[in-house]
Amino acid sequence: MSETRPALVLGPLLFNWPVDKWADFLARIADEADVDRVHVGEVVCSKREPFYADRLPEVIERLQRGGKTVVVDTLALVTLKRERALVADLAGLDGVEIEINDFTPLASLPADRRFAVSPLVNVYDEGTLGWLAARGAWSVCLPPELPFASIATMAAAGTALGVETQIFAFGRLPLAISGRCYHARIQGLAKDSCRYVCAEDPDGLDVDTLDGEAFLAINGVQTLSQSCVAALDEAERLIAAGVGAFRLSPQDCDMVAVAAAFRARLAGTIDGTEARAAIVAAGLKPPLGVPMMSGSWPATAGAPRA
Amino acid sequence: MNAPLAKTRPELVCPAGTPAAFRTAVEAGADAIYCGFRDETNARNFPGLNFDRSELAQSIRFAHDHGTKVLVAINTFPRAGATALWHKAVADAEDAGADAVILADLGLVAHAAVKHPNLRRHLSVQAAASNPDAIRFWVETFGIRRVVLPRILSVAEIAAINAEITCETEVFVFGGLCVMAEGRCSLSSHATGKSPNMQGVCSPPSHVVYKEEGDDLVAKLGAYTIDRTPKGVAAPYPTLCKGRFTAGTYQGHVFEDPVSLDAAMLIPPLVDAGVTAFKIEGRQRSRAYTQAVVAAFRKAVDDHLAGRPIAADMTRRLAEGQTTTAGAYKKTWR
Amino acid sequence: MTDAPLPRFPRLVDRVLGRLPTLPLDLALRRFITSLADRHPSLFSRLGDQAEKRFLIDPVDVSFGFLLRPDPAMPRLEAIKRDADGTIDAQWDARIAGPLAALVGMVHGALDGDALFFSRDIVIEGDTEAVLGLRNAVDDAELDLAGEVAAMTGPAAGFVAEVIRRAAPVAERLTGVALVRSGGFAP
Repeated sequence: MSETRPALVLGPLLFNWPVDKWADFLARIADEADVDRVHVGEVVCSKREPFYADRLPEVIERLQRGGKTVVVDTLALVTLKRERALVADLAGLDGVEIEINDFTPLASLPADRRFAVSPLVNVYDEGTLGWLAARGAWSVCLPPELPFASIATMAAAGTALGVETQIFAFGRLPLAISGRCYHARIQGLAKDSCRYVCAEDPDGLDVDTLDGEAFLAINGVQTLSQSCVAALDEAERLIAAGVGAFRLSPQDCDMVAVAAAFRARLAGTIDGTEARAAIVAAGLKPPLGVPMMSGSWPATAGAPRA
Repeated sequence: MNAPLAKTRPELVCPAGTPAAFRTAVEAGADAIYCGFRDETNARNFPGLNFDRSELAQSIRFAHDHGTKVLVAINTFPRAGATALWHKAVADAEDAGADAVILADLGLVAHAAVKHPNLRRHLSVQAAASNPDAIRFWVETFGIRRVVLPRILSVAEIAAINAEITCETEVFVFGGLCVMAEGRCSLSSHATGKSPNMQGVCSPPSHVVYKEEGDDLVAKLGAYTIDRTPKGVAAPYPTLCKGRFTAGTYQGHVFEDPVSLDAAMLIPPLVDAGVTAFKIEGRQRSRAYTQAVVAAFRKAVDDHLAGRPIAADMTRRLAEGQTTTAGAYKKTWR
Repeated sequence: MTDAPLPRFPRLVDRVLGRLPTLPLDLALRRFITSLADRHPSLFSRLGDQAEKRFLIDPVDVSFGFLLRPDPAMPRLEAIKRDADGTIDAQWDARIAGPLAALVGMVHGALDGDALFFSRDIVIEGDTEAVLGLRNAVDDAELDLAGEVAAMTGPAAGFVAEVIRRAAPVAERLTGVALVRSGGFAP
């Protein structure tokens, strides 16, 4: 059944890590992680991009040498001239796959160039999926807020269209993107002179309610769930529904171990409880939560069950 | 000084959550009304609001008799497996005589372009088309005639966008302010399982509970405390992004203060920036709000066209938190 | 709309009202709500599921409150006297409290419910969704309470309407409550 084995995909790093830490992280992924694909490229904030740009070719080459398919992501929110130019450049890259994070790249992407679609693009229904497939989409990671019934319908539609459907299986859920930088705002700084304060929080900064409940996390202009979801109990259902790939979003922990736990869980050799224990042992700092598709709110309600 | 140029007349686009508010807005001087069906196709799917098919047809006749246009918002993202409900909404809007539909979902826009080529298509703010390239994609691929711009752009950015695109732009000038890129926010989903994109509700009232605790009014959304306000302080509706939280050593409004957008004073530069239409938010508000805000903005637009200065602070009492902001139109907001 | 503070209902008038026997008042309220349901079916249909909820309308400056159940099949409205400690002993799903002038002004479309809430002139408790549903449905119905009172008097409606039309400005000045709908009295 090796050809129907679901793909494990390491998503793009959403947080602002020092560039050396990021390069070392991906070098280890290249050599040791049992993942099929690795995403690179800045999704959240164009101000971070210049730090990574010089090192990107070397990192891509290392990943490819490690047998990984490399996918380069575009920015999620594009407003400035510089950001538009960056997106157009990425859309023209040869030798790698690209993933779109909004519809801006479709203005410049050649009709014969295939692309992947990130969970930050609104693909809620089979009409949108069908149109994107016809335009060249080969993999679509569904929005994290979709309930299981919608995921199943989309996976079936994707199978019929020959498009891989992917789910956001691990990590703090990307919930919103804004023109405003919250990291800068709470430090009393303007976005344009932010001093890169987001770099102090490699998993994002926790946002709690006034009554001390763990709620959200901020990452510059992005808002995430505070809990780190792990779609583990749902694995068999998702595979049976036709989901073809599971995305692991990098957190500041041993992602090689997280990938191993998911691989074992998807193969059915360990159960959800064992997988959760392995993830906690990997040094994950945010609380573990359940994905929205489980239909339980708040998303932390079922966690930590390990 | 040169002789004043003839000013282009912007369109005042006003909200209607009920047939009564619709008539109120028409009579208060709206150039166009936007409204939606009483179901999940509508991003203001709140209890007691919106239009059934016959109410919409009657209201459109009333508007057209008064020379007012009607834009029907079908601006949620269709539920997988149930797209027929959204397709029917577009067909019914056309049959009822709508002047345009306001759409957000790519698949639905593609459907409307093929099946209803003569029905004018506006791109909802929920589609978050935030730059000229993205807008060109929508215009060239699907014949979008007007795009409602996200509330994250400055006046200068809006002017730059208009210089590069061929369709009309519509911008919000008053009402509740989304701090996130609209249509790209699942905060409500995370707390309650219900979201603007899917169910057409943000921070839904079904999940809101107010409790008096000592001198505090505690506002909860789902299981989460969104705010505590002491006596005598203006109360917020517990909209997630306007709550008070702690983050590191910071305690307060992490995302946005409970303020309301009021860009009345920016009407002149926005007209100069090439904006075609000014939109007032508030389909969930009462007809008293509709009357007051539409009349105030009718006067503001007319004053501008006549070369008179615009009066400041006309509608402060109607604003959430009772204070207003120019939002992202001023770049310091970021 | 104005920025003027909301008037409080005069104590003296409340004392007189508070001494009235509740039985005739209940009969009148029952006739009122039945007549309202007949005249404004869309108000009740607009409520959908919320029609099954019990609403406590609590005018805090008056010595009694009103319990409303807007079920289109059997609408009910009853007056309940306030206890000595000021509370109203009733089972409800949602409570809407505020000065009578605010509550009536909202019904008449003279005041915006959200603005009254932001300014803390009105307080809501319990089922927020039900309150919003009721507020939206009432707002759409463009009610005129005096007109509704006149209408339920049947053949005498014209005469009663004329009396209210003449008395309303005086009573409004005395009580601070907008007795007729903003934009005119229309039975």
